[in-house]
Amino acid sequence: MSTLEAPVQKWVGKVHEIKLGGNGRKSIVIGGETTLPFLHFEGATPNRPVVAIEIQDREPLDWSSHLLSAWGEVTKNPVAWAKKAAQYGADIITLRLRSAHPEQQNTGAEEAKKVVEKILGAVGLPLIVLGPEVAEKDNEVLVAVSEVARGQRIALGNCIDKNYRTIAASCLANGHVAIAKTPNDVNLAKQLNILLHEMGLPLDSILNDPTSGPLGYGLEYTYSVIERLRLACLTGDEMTSAPIICTVGEESWRQKESMVTEGVPSKWGAHEKRAIMWEAITATSLISAGANIIVLRHPKTLELIKQQLLNTYQGRKTKKP
Amino acid sequence: MTGIEIYKHLPKTNCKKCGFPTCLAFAMKVAQKQVDISLCPHLSEESIVILEAASRPPIRLVSIGNHNKIEVGNETVLFRHEKTFYNQPGLVVRIKDTEPLDYAIQLVNKVTNYSVDRVGLELRLNGFALANESSNAEKFCKLIKTVVDSTTLPLILISAEPATMNLALQGAAQDRPLIYAATRDNWQDMAQLALNYHCPLVVSEAQGLSQLAELSKLVSQEGVEDIILDPGVMDSSNSVDTLTQLRRLAINKSYRPLGYPIITFPCDGASSVEEEALLAAQHIAKYAGIVVIDHFSPETIYPLLTLRLNIYTDPQKPIQVAAGLYPINNPKDSSPLAVTTDFSLTYFSIAGELQSSGLPSWLLVCDTGGLSVLTAWAAGKFNATQIAKTVKQFDISSTLNHRTIIIPGYVAIIKGELEEELPGWKVMVGPRESMDIGRYLKQNWVN
Repeated sequence: MSTLEAPVQKWVGKVHEIKLGGNGRKSIVIGGETTLPFLHFEGATPNRPVVAIEIQDREPLDWSSHLLSAWGEVTKNPVAWAKKAAQYGADIITLRLRSAHPEQQNTGAEEAKKVVEKILGAVGLPLIVLGPEVAEKDNEVLVAVSEVARGQRIALGNCIDKNYRTIAASCLANGHVAIAKTPNDVNLAKQLNILLHEMGLPLDSILNDPTSGPLGYGLEYTYSVIERLRLACLTGDEMTSAPIICTVGEESWRQKESMVTEGVPSKWGAHEKRAIMWEAITATSLISAGANIIVLRHPKTLELIKQQLLNTYQGRKTKKP
Repeated sequence: MTGIEIYKHLPKTNCKKCGFPTCLAFAMKVAQKQVDISLCPHLSEESIVILEAASRPPIRLVSIGNHNKIEVGNETVLFRHEKTFYNQPGLVVRIKDTEPLDYAIQLVNKVTNYSVDRVGLELRLNGFALANESSNAEKFCKLIKTVVDSTTLPLILISAEPATMNLALQGAAQDRPLIYAATRDNWQDMAQLALNYHCPLVVSEAQGLSQLAELSKLVSQEGVEDIILDPGVMDSSNSVDTLTQLRRLAINKSYRPLGYPIITFPCDGASSVEEEALLAAQHIAKYAGIVVIDHFSPETIYPLLTLRLNIYTDPQKPIQVAAGLYPINNPKDSSPLAVTTDFSLTYFSIAGELQSSGLPSWLLVCDTGGLSVLTAWAAGKFNATQIAKTVKQFDISSTLNHRTIIIPGYVAIIKGELEEELPGWKVMVGPRESMDIGRYLKQNWVN
């Protein structure tokens, strides 16, 4: 019997490898693929995609009650929350500095420094810190965080087209990774990478957040944008070769299917399970497209996705004959 | 084959019998695999052989069932952005003949009646896989009869025993079920059954793709045309890997023995309902034609059906949201009214933000043919006249007790014009980005 040749495609590009953490802290490397996701027959996936848990610096009272009860008391204390997330198996902690938002507590640099120092002291995992997404406040708190975390190689976000210089410069000065966020568009993602790189930020210090359309609300756009970024990378475009981060939890848990308890069709099924599946299926689809870091909210989703990632990453098993 | 290459084999008489004005136009359509070469009545036999081989779709279209058919295959690309994925994978629920018949009937009714509405589309499950788990032919036939009497959805019949399959088909063949499966041990008998009863057949071989291809060649040489492949992927460790190889061999290499739709069994690779759903999700994205699951639970089915819809949405024709007035967070007649376009991503962004703001509000969607706000404005489809027309069309004045409308910040320029078009209305200019709408309403909306 003739043996069929595996349909291997020759790629020339490689996703940039990014290291987070280190210097006494647990370090993690993401990226480095020389093929599309999990094509073991074709190329290397040296580092499996990782799962981050999003925590906030203030109790997020507007979150779904299912999230709040799944985490319990720790949502009132970011340090305890981070520890619990680590216990549950998160690879990375993502801290959203929500209290710095002008409509929340409008806290400033000092508070941001304090909470980040405490978390860095209490939890050994790599850290991602996101600002409140208001330009001037982002610059204020992220620069402060960047300084206090010097040497710990955290990721800071978000750099957007209208506001990236201050954050990127601070990442450069303190050895951190910048997250470049663009709205579901391959060319805009590439353009922002070029701008960041022109400022002197090395390509192993840029993560891309393509904006995650959740299941039923634009997932297909994000799915295709990520696939196109990966294909462009593998065909040799360095400026589309950043590892990709998707804030799946945040996007998924604010949709109707996740938020609304009453007055929805019974065909939607039990609320909490449905919301978890909404988050999990968004996550698994974007991982199939090529995402490297998935930021989640529910601990059960974390467990499910991590298990699936381990299975998918580990290689081959076939059905018993 | 390119259109020009095909054209060389055509009579070049422009006789129009194929339904196209010229031979060249016909050749171009054949090259795009949109029409069949057999529409040309004047081909030489030699040309027919060459052209049929070249014009056969790289993945055969296979249909299962008579009513509510599952039609899968005919895919032409590896990535949805390259063109589109055409035929949504069938999602079917497995029932074993070791289960009590009452249970089977209940499950069949639940699955058959399950439908959920999403952006105006009705999402449904597609059929049942009936498994001869008991190895008892009588039990198997009884289950089949019971299911056939309860549903018109298509069936997959699972038994490794040709004699049992023969009995089963005597009662069920008229509904054109999918026979599962021809293996290296029974392929001759199973192929014969598929031919006798005119049913599609699964070729199952888990040892490797070379072996799968060998078996599929044997079965097709027996004369079976409607084949579905089971490469035996069990769990996520090799699903993407194997299914991608199959798709590439079929599409990039035009490798005929593997140019058929694929069936997968997440039900065999998973240890929980959630794990099964995640595996099924992986298979829906890449590249299954039929996905067999064991669990029917709406909270996993609804997200899976939504995923299937998303992945199979034509990227060149994004889903439009129907024009109209959408209530968000149970609004009252005094709640704020914002207007936007019917481009699905635009709608979902702003509806999502309004939803998560917790504020009751109304969102009016204008028909722009599926364009985003700025594009629609530039194309003259989201201007004062159009918005005013939509306000009147949906009789907004009688739904609301106020006369204030919030327009997207990107079209601030039309404020004055819109106030002229809508006498008595106040036009407010909202934020440019949907993410700011919640904050905007909190700051600017006074009831």
